[in-house]
Amino acid sequence: MTAMQHVSLGAHYAVHLPAPDDFAFWCERARGLVQGDVPPDRVSWIEPGGTGDLFASEGHQGSLARGEKRLPPPPADPRPVRASQRFLTVARSAALHSERTRFGLLYRLLWRLQSNPRLMEDTADPEVRRCEELAKAVRRDAHKMHAFVRFREVIEEDGTPHFVAWFEPDHHILRAEAGFFIRRFANMRWSILTPRGSIHWDGETMREGPPARREDAPQGDPVEALWRSYYASIFNPARLKVGAMLSEMPKKYWKNLPEAELIPQLIAGAQARETAMVTAGARAERARPASLAEVAQGAGACRDCGIADCGTRAVAGEGLPGAPLMIIGEQPGDEEDQAGRPFVGPAGQLLDDHLARAGIEREAAYVTNAVKHFKFTWKGKHRLHQSPGAKEIDTCRWWLEAERSLVRPRIVLALGASAARGLLGRTVSVTRERGRAIRLDDGAELWVTVHPSYLLRLDGAARAEQAALFSADLAAVQARLAALTG
Amino acid sequence: MAQQSLRQRLEILADAAKYDASCASSGTAKKNSLGGKGVGSTEGMGICHAYAPDGRCISLLKILLTNHCIFDCHYCINRKSANTPRARFTPQEVVDLTLNFYRRNYIEGLFLSSGIVRNANHTMEQLVEVARILREEHDFRGYIHLKTIPEAEPEIIHQAGLYADRVSINVELPTTAGLTRLAPDKNAGQIEGAIARTKARIVEARDERKRFRHAPRFAPAGQSTQMIVGADGASDSAIIGKASRLYGDFGLRRVYYSAFSPIPDASAVLPLKRPPLLREHRLYQSDWLMRFYGFAPQDVADAAGADGNLPLDIDPKLAWALKFRASFPVDVNRAPREMLLRVPGLGTKAVARILASRRHRTLRLDDVARLTASVAKVRPFICTVDWRPTFLTDRADLRGLLVTKSEQLELF
Repeated sequence: MTAMQHVSLGAHYAVHLPAPDDFAFWCERARGLVQGDVPPDRVSWIEPGGTGDLFASEGHQGSLARGEKRLPPPPADPRPVRASQRFLTVARSAALHSERTRFGLLYRLLWRLQSNPRLMEDTADPEVRRCEELAKAVRRDAHKMHAFVRFREVIEEDGTPHFVAWFEPDHHILRAEAGFFIRRFANMRWSILTPRGSIHWDGETMREGPPARREDAPQGDPVEALWRSYYASIFNPARLKVGAMLSEMPKKYWKNLPEAELIPQLIAGAQARETAMVTAGARAERARPASLAEVAQGAGACRDCGIADCGTRAVAGEGLPGAPLMIIGEQPGDEEDQAGRPFVGPAGQLLDDHLARAGIEREAAYVTNAVKHFKFTWKGKHRLHQSPGAKEIDTCRWWLEAERSLVRPRIVLALGASAARGLLGRTVSVTRERGRAIRLDDGAELWVTVHPSYLLRLDGAARAEQAALFSADLAAVQARLAALTG
Repeated sequence: MAQQSLRQRLEILADAAKYDASCASSGTAKKNSLGGKGVGSTEGMGICHAYAPDGRCISLLKILLTNHCIFDCHYCINRKSANTPRARFTPQEVVDLTLNFYRRNYIEGLFLSSGIVRNANHTMEQLVEVARILREEHDFRGYIHLKTIPEAEPEIIHQAGLYADRVSINVELPTTAGLTRLAPDKNAGQIEGAIARTKARIVEARDERKRFRHAPRFAPAGQSTQMIVGADGASDSAIIGKASRLYGDFGLRRVYYSAFSPIPDASAVLPLKRPPLLREHRLYQSDWLMRFYGFAPQDVADAAGADGNLPLDIDPKLAWALKFRASFPVDVNRAPREMLLRVPGLGTKAVARILASRRHRTLRLDDVARLTASVAKVRPFICTVDWRPTFLTDRADLRGLLVTKSEQLELF
């Protein structure tokens, strides 16, 4: 029969598909129908349990009941049915879509392809476009299945692990995507349960099973606690982008993702966490001090780091602007805090001895500390010195820089690693840097040596050895000072 | 100190790793576990198994082996002077964690990095050991990304490339001055030297595989790098210039841009406030324009303002189009591919569709609307049989018409 004859006879054909994802069956029937010259509007495609497309609901039920019996016999010399590679690729995906009209759409395209072999290139054609959209939705669903299936481990009676997942795909993709999971988990025993059917892999063969319910899957897995911890920790609260997350992981998937239950609390806590990070590092905005007196006053009122809250006072530097030498210690100690002057305790006295022996006049130098407040812990009735942290040194660096720009020394002598950090902004090794000048950005020379309190902690031969090195460092500074100031 | 549980250490070491933006698992050699003993497959396309509320995909288990570090880089949460909790994993613990996550389909594989303990060689050997156990003892065929340490011996880095799908070395900062100031222990020359050596190995291995089918693969997914944005003063044009040079000189697969973000116990040297996340987004858009749209670094620089920074309210392609209005409107029925790619709102896929379908019909505006996401955005810059933008392209307030009102999503 020709197409015209089908129409004039009012013929109508119904094809019952054995399964909603049986693309091969559709291909075979569609080929026969094209060969029989049956126009698209004379065919209904019916899924198992379905009533076909819109046509069927318009009162043609009676004629459809006879189903495939009415398919026309193939002509004696069937003409070849052609379809482009592109059509096959797109149609294979689109056939898995859950929309009922998909097979009719595919048949219409196949029909049109016979007269226009390059039809699929015309993506502005509404039917081609629609087909591409269906295929795209199916591919996305498959991709999300690869991503969001979550296996839970159960130990079977024979002692072997069995990984079982519950997943709810939007389309008929389960069978088509089984291959992905087989290739990935070839040597594992696993099952994927869905409302449309289930698949089981035992390491060698795949078995298909009936639709399942959520309750059929295991309800938990101890590893999920670790996974949730990972999920919460890898999240950066300082860059909240909820929209970006939702577009890729829509809420409909959340109920089957063990980590998703954390999302609301992570979002709720994010801003608080970021604010806490920013305020923890906050420094007050203030103008650069114009005189050393302003530095002393400002440092006394400064609360940029936690040390200031110890209830101690800021110990200001001593000396005059223009002093050629600036001597920097770590931080005031117990006696310095009480006296309000730098280097007056045991370490200060040791320093004074060594300075005198090296011929350096302390009164002509500017003496200060990298950190202005005394940091300590109580031990009984004593205040025990605690080293300032790198961050505290870096915070207090602002005051040290202010002092240095006012004094403008030619040589800066840093006693210990904390003082060196206060000047350089990085931690250096004193043993590696001592005995030579480091040029600072304003042209001054930085000389690094140990802190005198280090000598106080040593005994006997070690102390004598270190004291000699310390003296040598001071002598080198004195020699350089003499050379520079002439 | 009490013994930390595995979970506590996972929290510390995942937290310490999150400032590395890369999480790609794509573009590697195809492999699967059929006929093997273990698990794993890579099929070309990367898979994002979850998304965190920061919008970043979670594809790999991204952790550090340890966050102890002898380096003192100011921008890094793991620098030695930071007051942050420290932890370490044994290689076997990382292997078990990876396999347990992988078998449950949480991840595509492992992205392992580390703070520097003892010295660079020792650290690198530990990283390689994890990859070796996964590949050799467990026949793991999933994705492995190893961060390599430029200071380590080339021979150890070579080992890493034999086990890993991808290796990466971070250039960290776009300018050498920034690197010297913020990462005093690192050396720009050494970093680029290591990247260059890795490139040579990748090229060599690819060449050998052409001639000998069983020659070992070396980092089949190539190498990538990361730059921190907003911690030093480099402008967008400078960053894009640097990235373009990295792509050109070293054949990198990706350059990642990571907007510097506030970290707990930050160094006082750093700016406190983060640069807008949108800036990072604009850099990625420019990166895409260079890689897929035929833009030269100079085109991106032209799109930027006088200070060298890209506008934040419009994307760089639109910024370029607004500056070079004389090139528009583009006739979608005649223009060559290069010009269609310059039209704001037309992506590579839309351009391919236009090129294919215009062989069959003369396109009207309705047709273009079906082929693109938003015809409103495209309309001022194209003409079709039934549409000319006449005055629209020249309107002084065109920019205002096209800027989308952005709104940051917050709580819900």
